[in-house]
Amino acid sequence: MTSDPTLHPVGEAPSAATTASIEKRASRRIAFEEAVLPPLVALVLAAVVGDVLILSFGQSPSAVYRLLLDGTWGNAYGFGQVLYKATTLTFTGLAVGLSLRAGLFNIGAESQLAAGGFAAAMVGVLLPAGIPALLCLPLYLLAAGFGGGVVGAIPGVLKARFGAHEVIVTIMLNFIVLALLNYLVSAKFHVPDTLHTPELASGALPRLSDFLEPFHGSAANLTILLAIATAIAVGWYLFRTRRGFELRAVGMQPAAAEYAGVSVAGVTWRALAASGAIAGLGGLNYVLGYKHYYEEGFATGAGFLGIAVALVGRGHPIGIVVAALLFATLSQGGLAVNALVPKQMVDVLQAVVILAVATSVPEVRRLLRGARAGASRG
Amino acid sequence: MPENTPRPSILLEGIDKSFGPVAANRGADLSVTTGEIHALVGENGAGKSTLMRILSGMYAADAGTMEVNGRDVSGWTTAAAIAAGVGMVHQHFMLVPTLTVAENVVLGCELTRGVVLDRVAAEDAVRALSVRTGLNVPPDRLVAELSVGEAQRVEILKTLYRGAKILILDEPTAVLSPPEVQELWQVLRSLRDDGGTIVLITHKLDEVIEVSDTITVMRQGRTVARMATHGATPQAIACAMVGRDVALAGDAEYVRGGSSGQASAVPSVLFEVRDLTVAGARRAAAVDAVSFGIAPGEILGIAGVEGNGQTELVEALAGLRRGTGSIVLAGRELIGASVRERGDAGVSHIPEDRHERGLVLDYSVAENLILGQQHRFVRGATLDTRRVLEHARSLIEAYDIRPTDPELPARALSGGNQQKIVVARELARDFTVLLAAQPTRGVDVGAIEFIHARLREAKAQGKAVLLVSADLAEVLALSDRIAVMYGGRFVAVLPREKASPDIIGPLMTGAERAA
Repeated sequence: MTSDPTLHPVGEAPSAATTASIEKRASRRIAFEEAVLPPLVALVLAAVVGDVLILSFGQSPSAVYRLLLDGTWGNAYGFGQVLYKATTLTFTGLAVGLSLRAGLFNIGAESQLAAGGFAAAMVGVLLPAGIPALLCLPLYLLAAGFGGGVVGAIPGVLKARFGAHEVIVTIMLNFIVLALLNYLVSAKFHVPDTLHTPELASGALPRLSDFLEPFHGSAANLTILLAIATAIAVGWYLFRTRRGFELRAVGMQPAAAEYAGVSVAGVTWRALAASGAIAGLGGLNYVLGYKHYYEEGFATGAGFLGIAVALVGRGHPIGIVVAALLFATLSQGGLAVNALVPKQMVDVLQAVVILAVATSVPEVRRLLRGARAGASRG
Repeated sequence: MPENTPRPSILLEGIDKSFGPVAANRGADLSVTTGEIHALVGENGAGKSTLMRILSGMYAADAGTMEVNGRDVSGWTTAAAIAAGVGMVHQHFMLVPTLTVAENVVLGCELTRGVVLDRVAAEDAVRALSVRTGLNVPPDRLVAELSVGEAQRVEILKTLYRGAKILILDEPTAVLSPPEVQELWQVLRSLRDDGGTIVLITHKLDEVIEVSDTITVMRQGRTVARMATHGATPQAIACAMVGRDVALAGDAEYVRGGSSGQASAVPSVLFEVRDLTVAGARRAAAVDAVSFGIAPGEILGIAGVEGNGQTELVEALAGLRRGTGSIVLAGRELIGASVRERGDAGVSHIPEDRHERGLVLDYSVAENLILGQQHRFVRGATLDTRRVLEHARSLIEAYDIRPTDPELPARALSGGNQQKIVVARELARDFTVLLAAQPTRGVDVGAIEFIHARLREAKAQGKAVLLVSADLAEVLALSDRIAVMYGGRFVAVLPREKASPDIIGPLMTGAERAA
């Protein structure tokens, strides 16, 4: 059947030179629409559900949303809290996003984040006092990355060697690692009468309020610069380097990657280890920038929310930073609107956004294709 | 029901079915008489399975009429087909491994006592059916414990249990050992003798001759021949299947171009394979101790029906599959080398499946043009975008890839142009041996000619070329020597002068085994 022309009515483009630029623009437009539309649709849907919920509490949606904005982006303290939460979510979102690019689903950011924070806190306890922060920083980065990286490498190696599914292993490791950390803190390393480790001897990062007075009281700190740097590094790695090229090929078409001489097993374990390390760096936001010690449950939920951030951000560092800000806003906004409606309403909104994005990605794509096909036929 | 007057039990006329741009059936006809074993034969992709899925209600035809036992059933559903006694046994088993044979057979129409499954009654019913049909399987065994042949018997039992009088079997012997095949034939004959009607989809000619009463041959979505098995020769069937009257063989000069300029003296061997064995999924070995050598400037063509080990052979040579034996390229042993090491040593590979292996569809044309050589287009850790684009522009021009924009995703190109990306990339790299698997599959005529010319160019430059194609005309047109692969072995290696469709066709289908 290979030799029969009538089987393949889709022939050559009639005049390649002119159609090329049109097709290029079209394909860029498709890429843009597919990247931006699903999150937008999700937000609109969340707003509609939010309206219904707010009305059911007998409140005015506009009043609640205004309160939500006033309490977050409307004042320096609220904005600082948003930035603080967004910082952690950026790390966990990048972690999940990197794994998604390699075709892997890391559900373990929750425990990787904790392990990274714990490792950094331990280094902080061991360091002598009075060392400048800039000298300590590389050590903290190594410790947090190593802590999270080890937790991430375990499912990676199990998958690469034995084909164990990374979703199962990362979920199970969350229980194991969090329980282990709790044991270590409560049995070995806690300050008497508390559930946290001793404070870092040196190298804590300054808060934003140290430079900008209005941020006073908010937890936002210089870790935010680390988050931005990490986002840039992940973007550079994924889209500029050869290794990133190979990693994305594994994520899209493992058979083609294998054909191209890429070790799929190697990429698998390295990607999960790197994903864990990035999540681990997220622990610095609390340990290095905010409280200066490790405490059980210091960022409960931030790992799981990272999955939503990565999905809404479409696995792209820029999208992830934006999505992290969105989810941080919702999370901080929940506290602000608590006077009018239960703050759990915001949890519902987050859930709607996640559900809508998760289901709308292929759906929106299909609708777009259908509309375009209809247009070109007509 | 008149028993002795043969009438069509199945009558399909002018069936069309397209999947997007690909037409699987184009005016296909089929007429099957009650109480016969009817072989539906044709090469892979000839549209046999599609036609039978339409008959069993899984697909709706785009056009054409369909009658079963004189009743117009065009566009019926699977449920209606089952109710009318049409059952299909699929190539891939659809059984629940953790349930017993009896439970699998009654699944969907369970015998119950109240709300409780009546296991005893189910087992008795299945045992009775087993005895009546000769399909012996212990009803209380778990399906997970069965051999492949037994599992297939369960599939047939399942279909019969639902009252099928017309049984469609899709390549039932693909996974069976020879004794299991013989048992299957006995069962089918006894079902036929009890008044059942059987349609057997196959591309193996020996099976057709052995078991069928009537043969329908399909090619490229059309019905091209219908004949009684009695009096039919494997050669005649093979001719109808591969259709040497069409395709490229009609162009005599085209064929001559392939073998002209070939030196009769045997030059030294550039690429040598000895006792290469590759494990298969079901069978003991997908490639069974294959040995051959290719000289510089020689094209060795492998003819064969798909699924006889060609895929595994090429992938083992490329390093994508583990094999044992020896692969020597220009004096260097490659058997343990990785894909990248082999590429760097001079192995170039056009994979048979461009959508799965040959291209990353969402990567741009430029990126796809360096796939497999990405480690050579770097500046430090990053890809050297400028060089990647320069490389792409020159190949796009040299290979006339359209549209000419290197930044379009490969997905946006037509099949022929996608294949040109793969061919351009593999021929532009520095290589000594080219593994070309189905290099023109699914591409239009213009691109086929172009790709053939490039392969001849590689030959003229003294490269060793291994050509695997399901298209016999292509193998004949390009190769200097032709190996016929069947059941994981080379059953014959012939010089081009001695090869013809009449000789190779039967060898391909295992109808004849040459020494």
